[in-house]
Amino acid sequence: MSALQIKKGSSKHSAYDLRSHMSDVMERHTLAVLVDNESGVLARVIGLFSGRGYNIDSLTVAEVDHQGHRSRITIVTTGTPQVIEQIKAQLGRMVPVHDVHDLTVEGQAVERELALLKVAGTGEKRVEALRLADIFRAKVVDTSLESFVFEITGTSEKVDALADLMRPLGLVEIARTGVAALSRGAA
Amino acid sequence: MTKMTGARMVVQALKDQGVEVVFGYPGGAVLPIYDEIFQQSDIQHILVRHEQAAVHAAEGYARSTGKVGCALVTSGPGATNAVTGLTDALMDSIPLVVLSGQVPTFMIGNDAFQEADTVGITRPCTKHNWLVKDTADLSNVIHQAFHVARSGRPGPVLVDIPKDVQFASAAYTEPKKARTSHYQPKVKGDAEAIERMVELMETAERPIFYTGGGVINSGPAASQLLREFISATGFPVTSTLMGLGAYPASGEAWLGMLGMHGLYEANLAMHDCDVMINVGARFDDRITGRVQDFSPKSQKVHIDIDPSSINKVIPVEVPIIGDVGHVLEQALNLWKARGRKVNRDGLKKWWAKIAEWRKVDCLRYKGSETVIKPQYALQRLEALTKGMDRYVSTEVGQHQMWAAQFLGFEDPNRWLTSGGLGTMGYGFPASIGAQVAHRDALVINVAGEASWLMNMQEMGTAMQFGLPVKQFILNNERLGMVRQWQQLLHGERYSQSWSEALPDFVKLAEAFGAKGIQCKDPADLDDAIMEMIRYDGPVIFDCLVEKHENCLPMIPSGEAHNKMLLGDAVATNAIQGKGAALV
Repeated sequence: MSALQIKKGSSKHSAYDLRSHMSDVMERHTLAVLVDNESGVLARVIGLFSGRGYNIDSLTVAEVDHQGHRSRITIVTTGTPQVIEQIKAQLGRMVPVHDVHDLTVEGQAVERELALLKVAGTGEKRVEALRLADIFRAKVVDTSLESFVFEITGTSEKVDALADLMRPLGLVEIARTGVAALSRGAA
Repeated sequence: MTKMTGARMVVQALKDQGVEVVFGYPGGAVLPIYDEIFQQSDIQHILVRHEQAAVHAAEGYARSTGKVGCALVTSGPGATNAVTGLTDALMDSIPLVVLSGQVPTFMIGNDAFQEADTVGITRPCTKHNWLVKDTADLSNVIHQAFHVARSGRPGPVLVDIPKDVQFASAAYTEPKKARTSHYQPKVKGDAEAIERMVELMETAERPIFYTGGGVINSGPAASQLLREFISATGFPVTSTLMGLGAYPASGEAWLGMLGMHGLYEANLAMHDCDVMINVGARFDDRITGRVQDFSPKSQKVHIDIDPSSINKVIPVEVPIIGDVGHVLEQALNLWKARGRKVNRDGLKKWWAKIAEWRKVDCLRYKGSETVIKPQYALQRLEALTKGMDRYVSTEVGQHQMWAAQFLGFEDPNRWLTSGGLGTMGYGFPASIGAQVAHRDALVINVAGEASWLMNMQEMGTAMQFGLPVKQFILNNERLGMVRQWQQLLHGERYSQSWSEALPDFVKLAEAFGAKGIQCKDPADLDDAIMEMIRYDGPVIFDCLVEKHENCLPMIPSGEAHNKMLLGDAVATNAIQGKGAALV
């Protein structure tokens, strides 16, 4: 099957980039969706994912332009290339959606997540927890004689790694923000 | 800027949007709007007997005129009853604006009387919806609603208006000054992709146009361009259920409808073609059959205004995102400019092949002199109404497929049927909507008795507003399509698929003050149909037909196009294996 070489941007939602469209390989993509900050817009986006059976690995949303009433939704999702293209097209045609960017294919992007980890313990475990936090450049944001709350910022993998290490040291609770992402460079 | 109440604003905005008719049903949460409707005469209100019918009637109005249909319902049950109609319109891309009343803003969330989370419930079954909490936003939102409903791929929208917002006053925004937002879907196609399409057309040996509802939605100009393109190239054309009438059934290049109950020649041509040009259709599962075996030898062009339709089901070589009318015009101009080339030798052989398939005569059926065959009833209806100013709606089931096979449509917007959602109960109210728009036309609803009973209360509407809709009921005392599938799939165990305790349709018509006609003898059929056509008023035509007739040809679910079941080939348990799990 000959893939048509449409100039990039000429037909923005056409599903044709150059990988095999019908591949079964699951891909992980980070999408940035710029929406009107109107009531129900998040429910609309989430409803689209649940209604059509798409995955949400992580989702964050906050207003990024107060005057323009714009919010940015960052969604991390997994699916085959065909499903990923469908997700982008389905998002793109929603009325309050201004722009859909696939940060995974549109050049390089930085992804960060913030997490708070509560670790309770005394003695050697407590010292070890503090030492590990230092290695991961996590900050102590609360402390008592039996506990710490650490703040860590980094990729999801880095947060996972720290949480795994903290578990035997008395990790009692973890709160994560989900992924925020921006493309690298000036544009 | 003029200040006015929210209720008056609604009426003013509808007028400014060119609305002439609203289908609706009053209730507590829309009383202020109904009070305004009472005090004016520009907009006609058609009082339906159930809110579902209001939305279907608005669909019938929209489909038969190309305008936006409009419905007005109250909060709670009024809105929930509208859900089926909204979903139907979303699946078939019918532009609608539905206005619903809501409990006052200060009571929202309190489980107030007749409160429902209408925007929550209708979010997945509308193109977009709004809850208006401030009268100052109301007129602007209504104008936006019309813009969204008719732009891009058309669809239904809903505006939920709390009662206090209807009472409060604010400045009215005119349509011209309304923010139609950033929502401006692309209508022109990518020039490079169109060039590739024309290249494919120039060399194709076995091309086919596969057209759909998008041609109708794009407007009469699109149908005109399609006809010009087809007559200039000599390519064969087939259409989905939704696209019937875009190309005339009497046209030389017409292969008939394709799909599960489509014509043999249309499906075989789709299977064997080398270039497929999909114009405003969406590769629905009723069309493709088994996706892996769908038209394996072809290069495919897909013209669609909705980017999410591209590569959703069938991957295509040449996707063109844009409005059918615009893209066809671009392509036609380019094809002419490049010298009007087609592969004449290839086409000649291709048409010879098609002629062979046509000889199969896939719509043949065993006639009868004692009992009316449903196919015969439709052939007679077609013969006796041909050339009339005619609109046909249908319910859903066997009769719908037979109507699509045996009735011919020469123009777009003449055929109103529930394709995507398959809503039994659609046809009667849709016929009312079409008749409201075309008072002097012959509007026929081809129905099955079971579907028809689902919205039979609309006889009251037809009588009240003097709408002479003809209800042509093919009565087999069965849920025919269900019965057919039980025969093919479930060992002839006819679970719950017969209609017992049916009303006497003639007496039922008379009870409403309409005319009832019953016909059971093929010899009487022509006279009975003429009597129906000539009667100036609503008619219920109870046509007693063969009870166990199967609708053929048929592609069993899970099979490819070239595995069609023809006339007498049908055996029990014809659907097996993985196909049995499909709908």
